[in-house]
Amino acid sequence: MIADGVENEEKWLAAGIAGLQQNAFYMHRALDSNNLRDALKYSAQMLSELRTSKLSPHKYYELYMRAFDELRKLEMFFKEEARRGCSIIDLYELVQHAGNILPRLYLLCTVGSVYIKSKEAPAKDVLKDLVEMCRGIQHPVRGLFLRSYLSQVSRDKLPDIGSEYEGDADTVVDAVEFVLQNFTEMNKLWVRMQHQGPAREKEKREKERSELRDLVGKNLHVLSQIEGVDLDMYKDTVLPRVLEQIVNCKDEIAQFYLMDCIIQVFPDEYHLQTLEILLGACPQLQPSVDIKTVLSRLMERLSNYAASSAEVLPEFLQVEAFSKLNNAIGKVIEAQVDMPIFGAVTLYSSLLTFTLHVHPDRLDYADQVLGACVKKLSSKGKLDDSKATKQIVALLSAPLEKYNDIVTALKLSNYPRVMEYLDIETNKIMATVIIQSIMKNNTRISTADKVEALFELMTGLIKDLDGAEEEVDEDDFKEEQNSVARLIQMLYNDDQEEMFQIICTVKKHIMTGGPKRLPFTVPPLVFLSLKLVRRLQGSSQDQEENPFGDDSSTSPKKIFQLLNQTIEALSIVPAPELALRLYLQCAEAANDCDLEPVAYEFFTQAYILYEEEVSDSKAQVTALHLIVGTLQRMHVFGVENRDTLTHKATGYSAKLLKKPDQCRAVYGCAHLFWVDDQDNMKDGERVLICLKRALRIANAAQQMSNAARGNTGSVLLFVEILNKYLYFYEKGNPQITVAAIQSLIELITTEMQSDNSPPDPAADAFLASTLRYLQFQKQKGGAISEKYEAIKV
Amino acid sequence: MNFLVGAFKPPCSVSIVFADGRTRKQVPLKKENGQTVMVPLFQSQENIVGEVVIEPVQGKKVEHNGVKIELLGQIELYFDRGNYYDFTSLVRELDVPGELYERKTYPFEFSTVEMPYESYNGVNVRLRYILKVTISRNYVSNIVESQDFVVHNYTPLPSINNSIKMEVGIEDCLHIEFEYSKSKYHLKDVIVGKIYFLLVRIKIKNMELEIRRRESTGSGSNTYVETETLAKFELMDGAPVRGESIPVRLFLSPYELTPTYRNINNKFSVKYYLNLVLVDEEDRRYFKQQEITVYRLLPTP
Repeated sequence: MIADGVENEEKWLAAGIAGLQQNAFYMHRALDSNNLRDALKYSAQMLSELRTSKLSPHKYYELYMRAFDELRKLEMFFKEEARRGCSIIDLYELVQHAGNILPRLYLLCTVGSVYIKSKEAPAKDVLKDLVEMCRGIQHPVRGLFLRSYLSQVSRDKLPDIGSEYEGDADTVVDAVEFVLQNFTEMNKLWVRMQHQGPAREKEKREKERSELRDLVGKNLHVLSQIEGVDLDMYKDTVLPRVLEQIVNCKDEIAQFYLMDCIIQVFPDEYHLQTLEILLGACPQLQPSVDIKTVLSRLMERLSNYAASSAEVLPEFLQVEAFSKLNNAIGKVIEAQVDMPIFGAVTLYSSLLTFTLHVHPDRLDYADQVLGACVKKLSSKGKLDDSKATKQIVALLSAPLEKYNDIVTALKLSNYPRVMEYLDIETNKIMATVIIQSIMKNNTRISTADKVEALFELMTGLIKDLDGAEEEVDEDDFKEEQNSVARLIQMLYNDDQEEMFQIICTVKKHIMTGGPKRLPFTVPPLVFLSLKLVRRLQGSSQDQEENPFGDDSSTSPKKIFQLLNQTIEALSIVPAPELALRLYLQCAEAANDCDLEPVAYEFFTQAYILYEEEVSDSKAQVTALHLIVGTLQRMHVFGVENRDTLTHKATGYSAKLLKKPDQCRAVYGCAHLFWVDDQDNMKDGERVLICLKRALRIANAAQQMSNAARGNTGSVLLFVEILNKYLYFYEKGNPQITVAAIQSLIELITTEMQSDNSPPDPAADAFLASTLRYLQFQKQKGGAISEKYEAIKV
Repeated sequence: MNFLVGAFKPPCSVSIVFADGRTRKQVPLKKENGQTVMVPLFQSQENIVGEVVIEPVQGKKVEHNGVKIELLGQIELYFDRGNYYDFTSLVRELDVPGELYERKTYPFEFSTVEMPYESYNGVNVRLRYILKVTISRNYVSNIVESQDFVVHNYTPLPSINNSIKMEVGIEDCLHIEFEYSKSKYHLKDVIVGKIYFLLVRIKIKNMELEIRRRESTGSGSNTYVETETLAKFELMDGAPVRGESIPVRLFLSPYELTPTYRNINNKFSVKYYLNLVLVDEEDRRYFKQQEITVYRLLPTP
């Protein structure tokens, strides 16, 4: 049925166009032969096609445009006639003889345009007559198009300032009066459409109305183009009159559209100077009007205006733009009880953007806005409206974008309070936004208070919030936690005392993170603390003359205590390998600080972890190598402690599961007894014992392999041990003899030639390069060469 | 054949020429046969001066019992066709009985003729003025020739010309107030006014203003009334709402109006009315009729 309607409409339009063209044809003929009477007759008949009620505005427009083109030709003809001496006044009367009102008024407007141009009568009189006569068309669509035609033909003939039609009797006041009147009438017609016709076609009607709105809005555009409309006139006449019409029409669609129109067509400085009037109208609008969009656009425009040049900023202060807007928004929210929370948040968000642009120095304003927003939100509880949430994110992002600096935002006391109303997901997003802002701008968060505030903001990332335990994507979670880790690394203050406070604050927060987050957050905190330790150490050396240096409340010891607790927390995860690594790091740091008991304690912790928690054999190997590596570098331990620890480590080595692992761990332990730059830690005897033991294990490994698989396996282990021999030989360990090295080389070559051993290119290559090294060292000359000369290959 | 034609043809030609025929204004007049001819225009109290030319057909003589010219003002009622009622009748004898051999010219003059009524050509009645020349003859019928002319009488601007203002309506349905600036209009006048809608509860489609002419002829039981709509002028398109006011501006010049005639010689009257018609969407018509007086204003030179 609807398709039918459309089809019919097409038919009617086609018929209308055909009729129009036919009469236009006769009209042209009359024009060509200068036959005024016929020209009028056929033009009136042509225009009669516009009397149809069957077309939708869209189709009607098509018809109208064709008539419009024809009327241009007729207007030219009238001009010609006037030049030929035909009295324009008579012509003006003549067209009014037409019996049908619509063609009559189109013709009247057309002649009227020529009449004004002829200047035989004051423009204002003609305009006034035309706009008055047009009242005869009370049909909304036809009336709107007629008046739009009037507006169109009169646009360039208004008695504006500087226009040729300005005179003693014709002033810009008349021009404005004319346009205002036409606007008022058009709006009335437009609004009336809403109430005509059956209720079930409401939707269709509203669609049609929206198609027509630009005809009405055009008048405001014309007003804005009138040169003579200066600020005073705008303030005293134009705006009040337009607003009066808008408010009085009590029509939702019109009010929304026209308010927006005003904001868009008139200059920003006018808005600024008339804010009070403009905003005063807002609470008077219908409750259903989407006022938030209107106000948002206004603020957006003003923001851009403020951003355009610094010179205009004093104007904003002068008119107290912020407080006016703030007031108005409050009133609007109060007046529109049904406004969704989304609307209110949008308004606040716009206001915030505005104040950030206009008053970047007034943080209190921004905080005020956030406060008002909190107040509004508090009546609603947590948000579940996704649109509102989006707006809050925008609201919260605005200060970050503006100041490029979270520090400023942290001063806004209401900021975290707004965040509380976000759902968990959004809260996280917002927190991520904040972190990204910090990263991007390399912001330095330098006090514990700020860190506290910041972590307060990021609660969503730091710990599990109450409520829904939703499925979190593993990758997303990692991403989030990595960003938190990055953030932790960025905290810095030159003052060590403050830095320590920051660390404590961070620790306090991350400890609440739960087993899932700790593995991500503990390491950065540990390293952040160790950095501080290094700085303390560095400065304590400088401060040696300072008698109070030791009284400094932040001492490495304190930090190590804190670290101990921190790492301990990982046990609930559990993440023994990670904790072990961190203990070792700490131990090393303690070593650098000459804190033997602390270092010992860390080692103990690491050993306990190794013994109790690290059960996977691969992990054991890795952990053991780490332990050995770290232990080797420790110089703080006294003989006793060191013995205990090395003894333990060698003990662990021998207990590894796989023979090759055992072998490697054991020859690794050899290093524990030979520290290059410390003479008291060179025990050649024990090095040799370790190496020999490694050889034994390698042998055992080959035999096991022979028994189990039928071949002896690789000689790789032997080559590796050979390298160790060479290392210690070169370092001057007296226990390592040339004979031992040579017999080892022989053993390897024999093994490799044996049928029993499988080919192993890696081992071959390793041996080859080892032998090449030998050759190289021989040729180097000097003491080393001599040493190596002794080895015969 | 020639003989026959000659026998029925009048033996002479008669023509009436006005002294100021070249300069006098001519107006169209619709004759009985439907043709329009241009005839001179007079007004009351004017002198009607001219001459009658009689020219016998070549070689014929015209015997007559005298020649006269009459000025007649006649009213003809169509229901009584053929009967003319002369309200004015003036005679001038032009010649004594005798014979005419050649072209002869007779001057005539009617001074300050009283012609109180205007020429009128209505639906049921006609009022006309003629000059009639009669050549009376014995035995054969008289030779008669007549010449129409038109009389227009001018009225000065009325000293009192009140506006027409009235509130009308149907209870709880439609209330309007209309106002026409004047009650008396000259023929080239403009009707200016306004229609105020005080209450609108019907769906109005459009509104128009009609000019109606009511011609009543005869008297008593023999009264015939004929109403014609001379103009239908659309004032408004679409449905107004309460509080709207619609302007009226109707030029009378395109319409063929006459002045209002009231009881002309007790024979007929012609009156004019403005009829305001509102049409609703079901094509029901609501109307209110108001009489206006139409008069003829002396055209300003």
